Amino acid sequence: MIAHSVFFYIFSLIAIISAVMVTVSKNTVHSVFFLILDFISISCLFIMIGAEFLGMIMLIVYVGAVAVLFLFVVMMLNVAEQKGQWFSSRWDGGTHIPIGLLVSLIIFFELIIVIGGWKYKPDLLNSLSIKISNEITNTRSIGNVLYTDYILLFQISGMILLVAMIGAIVLTYRERAGVKRQSYVKQISRERDEGVDLVEAERNKGVKIDA
Amino acid sequence: MDSYFSILFTEVYKILFLLVPVLVSVAMIVWLDRRVWAFVQKRRGPNVVGPFGLFQSLADALKYIFKEIIIPASSNKLVFVLAPVVTMTLALISWAVIPFGEDFVLADINVGILYLFAVSSLGVYGIIMGGWASNSKYPFLGAIRSAAQMVSYEVSIGVIIINVLLCVGSLNLSDIVMAQQNLWFVIPLFPMFVIFFISALAETNRPPFDLPEAEAELVAGYQTEYSGMMYAMFWLGEYANILLMCAMGSVLFLGGWLSPIDIFPFNAIPGPFWLIFKILFLFILFALVKAIVPRYRYDQLMKLGWKIFLPFSLFYVVLTSSFLLYFDLLPGK
Repeated sequence: MIAHSVFFYIFSLIAIISAVMVTVSKNTVHSVFFLILDFISISCLFIMIGAEFLGMIMLIVYVGAVAVLFLFVVMMLNVAEQKGQWFSSRWDGGTHIPIGLLVSLIIFFELIIVIGGWKYKPDLLNSLSIKISNEITNTRSIGNVLYTDYILLFQISGMILLVAMIGAIVLTYRERAGVKRQSYVKQISRERDEGVDLVEAERNKGVKIDA
Repeated sequence: MDSYFSILFTEVYKILFLLVPVLVSVAMIVWLDRRVWAFVQKRRGPNVVGPFGLFQSLADALKYIFKEIIIPASSNKLVFVLAPVVTMTLALISWAVIPFGEDFVLADINVGILYLFAVSSLGVYGIIMGGWASNSKYPFLGAIRSAAQMVSYEVSIGVIIINVLLCVGSLNLSDIVMAQQNLWFVIPLFPMFVIFFISALAETNRPPFDLPEAEAELVAGYQTEYSGMMYAMFWLGEYANILLMCAMGSVLFLGGWLSPIDIFPFNAIPGPFWLIFKILFLFILFALVKAIVPRYRYDQLMKLGWKIFLPFSLFYVVLTSSFLLYFDLLPGK
């Protein structure tokens, strides 16, 4: 088990260091890269405790999709312009401090709950109604509870995500005037009669066609 | 501690035994690609170095090794150097789970197909990092394009994989192959195979979806600033990815290492050879598409991915699952 714990410490060390670097590094794109490293090492930790399905889903969803969108947003925003506001020594009147304090307070209490939960871990493990067995793969065991006992929660979370997605699309969708769109049906179904117009051109006068 | 080292050595030995053939075949496949391309266009293609020009890729690689590596002054140097390494590594590590035969696989993990999918979805980072770190307009535009394209087509590949998994009932690649003993999935899931093939073209930035490196508008896309061995690593990684996609297609749809019919002259040929034949078949299709089809426009590419492939493959998931449920064919009961 020595190799196991060595790998555990390596991955958790990488996870912690990269999590710190996310907040510390001044280049926002670097922050996102560290966030990705953090996700990857956490999914390695998942795989090490035998939850390979969760680890892979973590990689696919967070690293493969969410972090790419993060990178997009960060690269598209003109970060260099805002840097002056965020890191300048100019005092902006401290308007951001109350909100920052509130958020950090919430995170602090969450951390206390997480660490406090450690104390009840043996009780929780004993009271689990689902028996963890090595016979079936954990993909199957997740499916067994997700689609039976927790089907309502599963469906509701799906609905919430759907609503959020549609909401985001509605919020950002703008109908712009003067945008030319291509319609394959229109293009293909165009006949000779409507495409070609025979015009009697008068010499040295030219023809005026209203488009 | 001693046993760890012995395990480590046997594993390293196995990995080398897998990686060296993969790298050599990547070099050969570049030659094959150029030959097929030339054949379609009635040219000769590379035919000078070695018999039939077989050593052309080796000569090219040698040239790349001796070229100077130029790192642009305004680039983000660490990320710039890291990008080709990431591309290459990700292209190679996915070969760990490809089964070449019964019990002939490096890592027979339970979630093999998810691993493949996850690693191929990580592949986008090599390109984004390269494009961003170059700190230049063309590479950046190419990287953004490529990222959007790869993320879009991954969605439909994921749904196609769900179709196959519904018929198998397991995420293990060996199980997926063994489930096709009676009927290859290409027959019942033929539309999905076609969509998988096209999505694989888009996922690997092959023509007609090679917009990230569209030379007419973006010079060479995300590779513009790269030179020498770093460019060669991008290039090797790209072809390794193409081979991997072909391997994935043959495992998912063409029955992996299984012979087409289970009678004497066919089943005497060992499994790995069948897999190699199938990979080659798919690769020649890839090469033919490159020679035949002109490049897509970017908005058409996005439209194809999101508005046609995704709804259709979702519909096919519903169709497959209702079919399996109605005829009571669901696996894993």
